[in-house]
Amino acid sequence: MSVLDKRGAGRRDPVPETTPGTSTDSGAVNAAERAPRRSRAGRRGLPLVLNAVSIALGIAIWWALASAGFKLPTPPEVVARARTLIDNGTLGKDVVASLTRVLIGFALGTAVAIPVGFLMGWYAVLRGLIEPWIQFFRTIPPLAIIPLAVVVMGIDETPKIFVIFLAAFLACVISTFQGVVSVDRTLISAARVLGAKDMTIFVRVVVPASTPFILVGMRVGLGSAWATLVAAELVAAQQGLGYRMQNAELYYDLPTIFVGLISIGILGLLMDRILLLAERRLTAWQERR
Amino acid sequence: MTSTTAKISVQGVTKTFALGRDTFTALDDLSLDIADNEFVTVVGPSGCGKSTLLNILAGLEEPTAGLALVDGVPVSGPGPERGVIFQQYALFPWLTVRQNVEFGLRTAGVPKAERRRRAEHFIALVGLEQFADALPKTLSGGMRQRCAIARAYAVDPSILLMDEPFGALDALTRVKLQEQLLDTWSKDKRTVLFITHDVDEAVFLANRVIVMAARPGRVYDVIDVSWTTARDERFRLSPEFAALRNRVWHSVYHQDGPTAAPQPSTTI
Ligand SMILES: Nc1ncnc2c1ncn2[C@@H]1O[C@H](COP(=O)(O)OP(=O)(O)O)[C@@H](O)[C@H]1O
Ligand SMILES: [Mg+2]
Repeated sequence: MSVLDKRGAGRRDPVPETTPGTSTDSGAVNAAERAPRRSRAGRRGLPLVLNAVSIALGIAIWWALASAGFKLPTPPEVVARARTLIDNGTLGKDVVASLTRVLIGFALGTAVAIPVGFLMGWYAVLRGLIEPWIQFFRTIPPLAIIPLAVVVMGIDETPKIFVIFLAAFLACVISTFQGVVSVDRTLISAARVLGAKDMTIFVRVVVPASTPFILVGMRVGLGSAWATLVAAELVAAQQGLGYRMQNAELYYDLPTIFVGLISIGILGLLMDRILLLAERRLTAWQERR
Repeated sequence: MTSTTAKISVQGVTKTFALGRDTFTALDDLSLDIADNEFVTVVGPSGCGKSTLLNILAGLEEPTAGLALVDGVPVSGPGPERGVIFQQYALFPWLTVRQNVEFGLRTAGVPKAERRRRAEHFIALVGLEQFADALPKTLSGGMRQRCAIARAYAVDPSILLMDEPFGALDALTRVKLQEQLLDTWSKDKRTVLFITHDVDEAVFLANRVIVMAARPGRVYDVIDVSWTTARDERFRLSPEFAALRNRVWHSVYHQDGPTAAPQPSTTI
């Protein structure tokens, strides 16, 4: 956002507040601060140890609370339940069902968001036409779309994928748009005086210059998609981690709920790390201060 | 105005910017001719319209009134015969030095092998051979500017438009790059319009120094620099240099009332 404010101000009307919550903000800040490459193996060791200590401590507290009579399953109970669910194939099927939905929704959302974001950034007319709708839908929690989606699309996979699509699309389209409008004007001038025409400028300057923004948007989008999953699976699903937890709720089956929660957390983290890795690869040229 | 022989001819150029409901006059009826292979420096207070003038010649902005001619033809958009070097280098950060230098050749559709060869040549010319495959973020300011110069040279423009290219560099690097630039220019003459806010730089490089005045931007003074032998330390330390420097300095820093053009009412 800050990059944008500095440059955007002079040349276009002020850029609207388009950050989804504050998540894009922190994402962008992270992207800028993350990889000052100074983390050598030695220095990297300490945080890892601290992370491990923190996790162990968290589990210990959980265990203590469970033993102290809080209505919680103990870690061994959860592990045992996880084993059962893995052995009878339930967890595997649920994970596949959930991942499929998230990945399809996310892939579609991103695939539509990137060109739309580019068009909005490039053509003021399209921006004026599209932006109100994006701002509008951004204010509606995906959960609130579900009743509409079910009535219109039925109860099969379509409405679930649709709400995930919407969540991913909204997060990604905004940051792609921000990426395009904050491309350094001097770089565009430099390309023009080197003989580049609009199409070349777009492909060889605007796209690469926006990549960091797009990748941050994709990460935020993946987060939203994953967060929307559970809500989506409340819609008469037959499988999926959200469905499993919802089902377990009926039987006060806390261990299963825990297995669901932990699976969602781990999968979300894994997918985020994969994107983070891609981001570092693709934006290694960035100067980081 | 006889512009038939001039490489660059600026004829009565006015440029105004909308500023809310007002207009701001950045350039006011500015005229100026630059001969082929002449090295002209433009110096003047900040905000006097130096960049605006350069952008008009580069084809990045259009004059509100008047004409900018290059080779007798009105400028309409950027062209390969005019290379531009920006103060902030404007290297593409995702491209290596070599890829940056090849950028203009690629847009011109030069075949790969030829592109390579020309890029090598100009990278060597600015002494960046060892950094051909480095990304800009790993280069110092001086190296970045040398890369930008190589990139502009690679498309072989007959005119170089340079907007305070050494302004962001430390004094030592600046002196070195000035000498390298002159060295390159004397071997391979081109028409150069070089903008600076540094009086020493303006005198050291120029065949002719154009001093501009602000509010509105216009030509205030023109000073010929007729030093015919090599431009080196001897020139820099000569009494002639000191005298010219003195003259330009006064023109820039003591632009007082009588000589100044009347202020238009719309100026802020
Ligand atoms: N796009 C623009 N919109 C409004 N004012 C501008 C614009 N570009 C330049 N100006 C104004 O015109 C004047 C001349 O600017 P510039 O040519 O950049 O000066 P210089 O390069 O000599 O410092 C300045 O006062 C600046 O604020
Ligand atoms: Mg300037």
